[in-house]
Amino acid sequence: MKFGVVVSEGPYTHQAADSAYLFVKAALEQGHEVPRVFFYHDGVNVSTRLTIPPQDERNIQKNWSALALDHGVDLVVCIAAAQRRGILDENEATRQGKDANNIAEGFRISGLGQLIEMGIQTDRLVTFGD
Amino acid sequence: MSEEKKFLYVNRRAPYGTIYALESLEVVLIGAAFEQDVSLAFLDDGVFQLTKGQDTNGIGVKNFSPTFRALGDYEVTKLFVEAESLAERGLTKDDLQEIMYEDEDDDWAEKPSIHIVSRAEMADIMADQDVVLSF
Repeated sequence: MKFGVVVSEGPYTHQAADSAYLFVKAALEQGHEVPRVFFYHDGVNVSTRLTIPPQDERNIQKNWSALALDHGVDLVVCIAAAQRRGILDENEATRQGKDANNIAEGFRISGLGQLIEMGIQTDRLVTFGD
Repeated sequence: MSEEKKFLYVNRRAPYGTIYALESLEVVLIGAAFEQDVSLAFLDDGVFQLTKGQDTNGIGVKNFSPTFRALGDYEVTKLFVEAESLAERGLTKDDLQEIMYEDEDDDWAEKPSIHIVSRAEMADIMADQDVVLSF
């Protein structure tokens, strides 16, 4: 089966980003496809590479980046939600005149159309949030 | 992408206090370009999103409630509001904005977009969807 996944709550505060990660990992291990994960609302905060969780804790961003690199999962961060919350890639930082970017490897910033497209192209859409 | 799916956007939270309602509306507006079969559901505190006379001056955030009246221009014409949620909050249909659309299949007659439905009917509407996005 082909799953689309939405993450709509922020990391560490809320379990959504962890549960979604475990779900995607399990789905892939069982031979399902997860072509894309869409990060919305505070979920976009998963994608900053500047988080430094304590060493004995899981690193949520690195978990996700590894999924993208190892399995080709397309991690899409909503641009409108990202801009409100200070998530930028190099392109956006330049365009907006900001002095830094913070997006982690494996994530890309794009529009809400990617969410709708994911809903159209997958068999099931699963949301992790409140 | 010729395939048409039934999309339902479920709005369960008050319009202000959290960003969910505003960011839900942003998805609806962008999604309208994809020519899917779109419905919106309003239940729990989500029914407050459609109330008329909203004034956000005191809290310093944008009043986005007028945008709901533009949904007809985006061919988003099915807004289902749960009767029980209204009643539990002391609201009636008269407390909601009037949201109309022009029906191109009926000589552009003006029709109401808001439909008050029972909790049981809302369950049927949800069961009938392909994609449910909850905010």
